[in-house]
Amino acid sequence: MLFYLTLILSCQLLGELFVAATGLPVPGPVVGMLILFAGLTIRGNVPDGLAMVADALLSHLSLLFVPAGVGVIVHFALIGTEAVPISVALVASTLLTIAVTAAAMVLFTRMRGDDGSQ
Amino acid sequence: MVPSSLHEIWVYLAASPLLALTLTLIAYQIGAFLYRRAGMNPLLNPVMIAVLLLVGILLVTGTSYQTYFEGAQFVHFLLGPATVALAIPLYRQLRHIRRSGAAIGAALLLGSLTAAASAIGIAWALGASTEVVVSIAPKSVTAPVAMGISKELGGLPSLTAVLVILTGIIGAALGPPLLNLLRIRDMRARGLAMGTASHGIGTARALQVSEVAGAFAGLAMGLNALATALLLPLLWKLVFG
Repeated sequence: MLFYLTLILSCQLLGELFVAATGLPVPGPVVGMLILFAGLTIRGNVPDGLAMVADALLSHLSLLFVPAGVGVIVHFALIGTEAVPISVALVASTLLTIAVTAAAMVLFTRMRGDDGSQ
Repeated sequence: MVPSSLHEIWVYLAASPLLALTLTLIAYQIGAFLYRRAGMNPLLNPVMIAVLLLVGILLVTGTSYQTYFEGAQFVHFLLGPATVALAIPLYRQLRHIRRSGAAIGAALLLGSLTAAASAIGIAWALGASTEVVVSIAPKSVTAPVAMGISKELGGLPSLTAVLVILTGIIGAALGPPLLNLLRIRDMRARGLAMGTASHGIGTARALQVSEVAGAFAGLAMGLNALATALLLPLLWKLVFG
């Protein structure tokens, strides 16, 4: 358990170091995720201990963004004055994204002669 | 009026990280309880409830966000390791990627670009400030990664966190009726769309509909986070840099 927690933190640390060294505008933890993903692909399976640590971290993933969400308190004024562009952009862009992605997936799978029936 | 002795106890407790940390956990569990009680209605998102409760407490007690964050940072810190841990569910979806990889990749890239470009375009056209436009750009990406992207581009990560949650709720509530309206019945396409547009909250909703949709939504959430994290900063530099 402790070993795999250390492994996850080490991947993150490597990711942060990579970003700091290259100056790429990518979040360090995302690079860490890629490093871990590459490791899993090479190994060919997920060790039980790693699965346990990951599931523990991810089972309450939404709890982890509560502290940041509370930060909205600092931006009340900004959200108030820009409520219209924010709400229209959120609703319209989300619906458009769902429609485009689903339609594209249906189109591309049909082009490959795969109708989705399994 | 609060009696002064009670007030003193509050001042004492508010200065230690324990109070903010405990309140965060309690508020989240109240949110999770109400969400389950309401049959997992996406409008009663547990994060939203927890945030509203905590904002209310901070406002009523006149506590600054900075003071709150000194305790809550221990929860916040785990976002990084959790992002790294997303490699595991992504790896578990590997057989799906291999089977319909080309179609998934192309649809996802199109969806990813649509999500960022339309959010930027609409917000900008309606007169949003640059800060808000940057903060809204990664709105469809899972919160830990979206906040990282927002920070990289000079946005407000905490505003992004709230916009991401709202996007998840909007997608979970309106996505299924929209897909029905468009007569899209392929569960892979439905899942991929939900995960791309509204990350984990959309994935949870897709999982309620079908396991295939849930798996594709989870996959889309991971790939979209990756695609947006890698492409958005580069595109941003190209267009606005």
